[in-house]
Amino acid sequence: MGVALDDLQLTQKECHNELLEQMYNKLDDFISSLGIQKRDPFRKGHLIQVLHKAQEIFGYLPEEVQIFVAKKMNLHLSEVAGVISFYNFFTTTPKGKHQIHICLGTACFVKGAQRILEEFTEQLGIGPQEVTEDKEYSIDIVRCVGACGLAPVVTVRDRVYAKVTTGDVEKIIKECKEISSE
Amino acid sequence: MKKIKTKEDLFQLYERNKTLLALRTADERVKEDVEKAKKNKTQREILVCGDTGCASAKSKVIFNYLKKEIENRGLDDKIKVIQTGCFGLCEKGPVLMSFPEENFYVEFKPEYIKNFVEEHLINGKDLDRLYYTDPITKRKIPKRSEIPFYKKQFKIALRNVGVIDPSQLDEYIAVKGYQALAKCLSMSPMDVINIIKKSGLRGRGGGGFPTGIKWEVCNKMPGDDKFIICNADEGDPGAFMDRSILEGDPFSVLEAMAIGGYAIGANKGVIYIRAEYPSAITRLQVAIKQLRERELLGKNILGNDFSFDIELKYGAGAFVCGEETALIASVQGRRGEPTTKPPFPAEKGLWEKPTVVNNVETFANIPPIILNGPEWFASIGTEKSKGTKVFALAGKINYGGLIEVPMGTTLREIIYDIGGGLKNGKQLKAVQTGGPSGGCIPAEYIDTPITYESLTESGSMMGSGGMIVIDEDNCMVDVAKYYLEFTTHESCGKCAPCRIGTKRMPEILTQITEGYAEDDAIEKLENLGKVIKNASLCGLGQTAPNPVLSTIRFFRNEYENHIKNKKCKAGVCKNLFIYRINDNCTGCLVCFKNCPAGAIIGAPRQKHIINFEKCTKCGICFMKCRFNAIEVV
Amino acid sequence: MAKIYVNGQAVECQDNLTILEATQQLEDVYIPTLCHLDLEAFNIEHHIGSCRICMVDVEVDGRRKMLPSCATPVKDGMIIYTNTPEIIHTRRTVLELILSDHPFECLTCLKNGNCELQSLSKEFGITKISYQGKKKNYPIDVSSKAIKRELNKCIMCRRCETACNILQTVGTLSGYKRGFDAVVAPANLKPLVETNCTFCGQCVNVCPTAALTEISYINDVWKAINDPNKKVIVQTAPAVRVGICEEFCLDHFDPSNTGKLVTGLRMLGFDAVFDTNFSADLTIMEEANEFIQRFTKGGRLPLLTSCCPGWINFLEHNFPDLIDIPSTCKSPQQMFGAIAKTYYANKIGIAPKDLIVVSIMPCLAKKYEAGREEFKRNNIPDVDYVLTTRELATMFKEAGINLHKLKPSEYDSPLGISTGAAVIFGVTGGVVEAALRTAYEWITNEKLEEINFTQVRGLDGVKEATVDIKGTKVNIAVTSGLGNARKILEKIEDGTANYHLIEIMACPGGCINGGGQPYIHGDTNKILQRLNAIYTIDEKSKIRKSHENPDIIKLYQEFLGEPGSHKAHELLHTNYFNREMV
Repeated sequence: MGVALDDLQLTQKECHNELLEQMYNKLDDFISSLGIQKRDPFRKGHLIQVLHKAQEIFGYLPEEVQIFVAKKMNLHLSEVAGVISFYNFFTTTPKGKHQIHICLGTACFVKGAQRILEEFTEQLGIGPQEVTEDKEYSIDIVRCVGACGLAPVVTVRDRVYAKVTTGDVEKIIKECKEISSE
Repeated sequence: MKKIKTKEDLFQLYERNKTLLALRTADERVKEDVEKAKKNKTQREILVCGDTGCASAKSKVIFNYLKKEIENRGLDDKIKVIQTGCFGLCEKGPVLMSFPEENFYVEFKPEYIKNFVEEHLINGKDLDRLYYTDPITKRKIPKRSEIPFYKKQFKIALRNVGVIDPSQLDEYIAVKGYQALAKCLSMSPMDVINIIKKSGLRGRGGGGFPTGIKWEVCNKMPGDDKFIICNADEGDPGAFMDRSILEGDPFSVLEAMAIGGYAIGANKGVIYIRAEYPSAITRLQVAIKQLRERELLGKNILGNDFSFDIELKYGAGAFVCGEETALIASVQGRRGEPTTKPPFPAEKGLWEKPTVVNNVETFANIPPIILNGPEWFASIGTEKSKGTKVFALAGKINYGGLIEVPMGTTLREIIYDIGGGLKNGKQLKAVQTGGPSGGCIPAEYIDTPITYESLTESGSMMGSGGMIVIDEDNCMVDVAKYYLEFTTHESCGKCAPCRIGTKRMPEILTQITEGYAEDDAIEKLENLGKVIKNASLCGLGQTAPNPVLSTIRFFRNEYENHIKNKKCKAGVCKNLFIYRINDNCTGCLVCFKNCPAGAIIGAPRQKHIINFEKCTKCGICFMKCRFNAIEVV
Repeated sequence: MAKIYVNGQAVECQDNLTILEATQQLEDVYIPTLCHLDLEAFNIEHHIGSCRICMVDVEVDGRRKMLPSCATPVKDGMIIYTNTPEIIHTRRTVLELILSDHPFECLTCLKNGNCELQSLSKEFGITKISYQGKKKNYPIDVSSKAIKRELNKCIMCRRCETACNILQTVGTLSGYKRGFDAVVAPANLKPLVETNCTFCGQCVNVCPTAALTEISYINDVWKAINDPNKKVIVQTAPAVRVGICEEFCLDHFDPSNTGKLVTGLRMLGFDAVFDTNFSADLTIMEEANEFIQRFTKGGRLPLLTSCCPGWINFLEHNFPDLIDIPSTCKSPQQMFGAIAKTYYANKIGIAPKDLIVVSIMPCLAKKYEAGREEFKRNNIPDVDYVLTTRELATMFKEAGINLHKLKPSEYDSPLGISTGAAVIFGVTGGVVEAALRTAYEWITNEKLEEINFTQVRGLDGVKEATVDIKGTKVNIAVTSGLGNARKILEKIEDGTANYHLIEIMACPGGCINGGGQPYIHGDTNKILQRLNAIYTIDEKSKIRKSHENPDIIKLYQEFLGEPGSHKAHELLHTNYFNREMV
């Protein structure tokens, strides 16, 4: 009658583990390609680049990944964690499937970006740096993506929405769903 | 692709490529060909802005479709479609241009393409809808040179942006690319430095430090291991000058870095670029690859024994990394915490070696200074502020975008002559320059010429070039609070005055904007601001109080109104005003229909009333009313 | 040389000094500091310039501005003013800002009276905080047995980070987060017990506030002493006797210090006052024997001393492949506990569960060590509570005991007699010197004439020596400070180390500079004084070689048999674990 539920879950877990292993291998390959020597005093210069790659692969930087990077680069976990916690870009919690970036740079602010943020908050029920319960959406504030002539600006992945009004918010959320179901 | 191993190779290529940009530049060598093409309409080039700004409005889609359409019609040998950098009039994007006519098309849409090709390019009809409209005369202006926005501009740093295809080294070479480096390699490093010193070029990142002197200090440091760094961590919100230069003319920065490296004795260059600029990163990666393949980066450049290569390093979202010592810490893989100066990076910088850090725009000025001579550069601008400055004009202005003007141009000229005045006919209140490190210059000082000194004297600073126009509907206390909240978020936390001071200042500002400030709030802000300025470790903290101090200086009455009378006249601080409908009301029901809170009681042709308790101060009614019937009280 | 002007007077000074260093040589100039720490004695620099308290008015190269004196190098022609009204106002405002983000619980704070922030507040005459607002809000970390972390009291002076990462190269602490919430903490704000912290306590020693302090067992010890059903005995580590005198204004070199300490402990109510020095002699018996076995019978070399739990932690975390190198001997503290709960308990006819062993240590890692699972028998720990020298001083003061006024007395038997070889355990080089004194006589069967092995003495971080034992050359290395330990261990890993005997102590200078000693607030001269005091006690000791300790001889005769016996192995030896951590 098809696959038993337990078997299905096991397969999902296996898939998950296999996927994880692939991801770690990918990161490992990248770190190796940098030719980092265990006691090279300049090895730390690669850390930010490695973290960018790791976040690209895993989507975020949980502690297991931090430990992996620390071990591979022969750095202390505290150093790696300290760097991650400093920079806006790096996150230790997973983001939503659709990451909504609302620019609050000066040009956008002056044109009412704060109200756009409030509207998104109202409609999705989450605040900045939070994720919806179904993990579909997350909101982040960015400060200036450099499209100031077309302020206010909202970006979702590589889609940039220009001259956004509060009326556009619902449309943008809908479009995320439509694009993902294609 | 042919390698460029010697100067001779370079000049030969320059000669061969002279036709590449014939239609776009006033190149003497091919003047006749251009005249012929113009007359017979045998050759045409359509430039599409591919900068992030226009790309966000689908300019890349336009580029691809237009190219396809022209190919489909078999016209691709007569009409070339080229993607370039920013044309500057970003508010009217996406922007296209056609050459040799120099026609300027604004607010282009993919839907227009078929008509554009058929009716305009082939049949020669004027498509008025696509041309720029003068806001006052309502006239259509097809030619760029006649558009007021461009009339007072003078391009040095942006000379190639919006002209060349930034992904083609050959186009850069066609506009004398790498000839400046060739010239430098035939003189001594000190000679190069003297040229830059003589030109009077000052750092364009905000500090305004004389570039030639910085290079000289580093040159004099002993040792072979030195670095030259390009600071592309443009963090000022509202500023995108550097991004546009990197997207529109990356080779000029790369050439300038090699020149700088030669001058100071560095063989390694690093570009530290913020991760929020993926397009610029891609452009640089493509450019560096081409330079390496054709041997303009690597060993023995142009037949000289000077070797130079460049590495890209990414930021990860920290405004403070625009400060040079924090930037260096970040390149070294650490938290972006600044270090005390002295020692200065020119003495002890990256990996403890002598290092020069320059801004993108500073670099973009170097090749023309070398080629045209320092006297030429020094003849532009004012006595102490030579050359031009790129500004990112934004805010409540009609024509926001990227501009480049000679130093000494007044704020009035920029706002009214170039920017087309204020949107919706509002009153100018202030101009904010210098980003979070700068201040607000009130409307009375609109005839202030833009120079490093005059802006600093007015309590602001040049900064990196962000210029925000503020009108009567903005609350100056709120503007100060906005900047302070930004600074609080971006403070690295290392030194006590900034870490704690930039928390206390917005706390006081919040009290003011919410109506429960103490009577001595202004004195507190002034005292605290002064201490934070004097005691902070780096430029972020030292300039963080500027927005507050400058708004207190020029708009003290607004602060006092908030504190003593608990009123916000601009209608921004929600606790400190209400909307009220006056006798101008015609009873049109527009506000009634649009109110999301159902707070307006209205009947047709009767004066409407706002219920204060339900009103959320969202401002929609205020924006929608065409009769000035809603006032802030 | 540079000529500078300080408050109007011309001063000549070396041109490689900071403004602070240059003005410290002037009698009438004083610049307050907070985050600055002088670690020159250990070849480390810490002038971060982050607290901005030491600001001075400087005019140089035609520009005038405020600069931090601790981090700004002098330049010829510099004009400096150290106390203009504006400077004083600026310093005061900065201090007020720091205080505005600090808990106001001085009265119940462990550093009350010993806090550098508190002293500065008093010095500046702060009576109100002008800029009140939000404060940091982090939970307190008491997860470990040794170190307590209170992040809300952190002032970002970065001293602990320097101590942990640069001096000790342990790497537990780093700056974390950004801006107002920035603190120095373990990775991802983990509780300390889940990190690679060695509990060496150097961070606690340097912390100016109570952001880092020890976990206190004073109340537990009072409770035990007041419990009529328990017998409470105490052991005192070598370095305690030269540390505690600082708390009572006693001269370091006063020979009656130790005796007064003993009297004081008896007055507190301990049923017997014993000496860790006794078990230090015991350690030498076992360790010298082990060394000779490994040295002469082709066993694993080098042998590393193992009495320091901080360094053992370091080894287990970072060099798990080398866990067979240290001596299998337990530390003197743990040997004492094992003997106390068997030999001594038997002697006085008491069940081990009713015997409470308290140790007074200059160390924080000892608190952690006492809790290690392998140091328990039938779930009863060999050592029940560990108090630091500081905690003991607090107990004395609480009980109105002023060491200064006491008459000296002797330790109790049978765990009280010790030798000069034992007391030098408290300084770097002491363990190896003590071991050599015994090993020499056991190998050669001759009397050792020159007792002092001065080549291994002194505060240098790494000392090397070759000792000639009647023709046999023994290569020795002595390191103190985990940064130096790392260097030696990397050499062993690489196979480039050809030492036979290595002594490692986690704390720079040895136990005299342990994490539990009285605060020196940057005065490294005190460490030197403690060191010299230890060697003076050794010089004046009646017996100076461990194997000549009569009570030790008796212990073997009555109970252990001989060094390396089965019983000795069972009670006095241990093994180590792979606990690799980043």
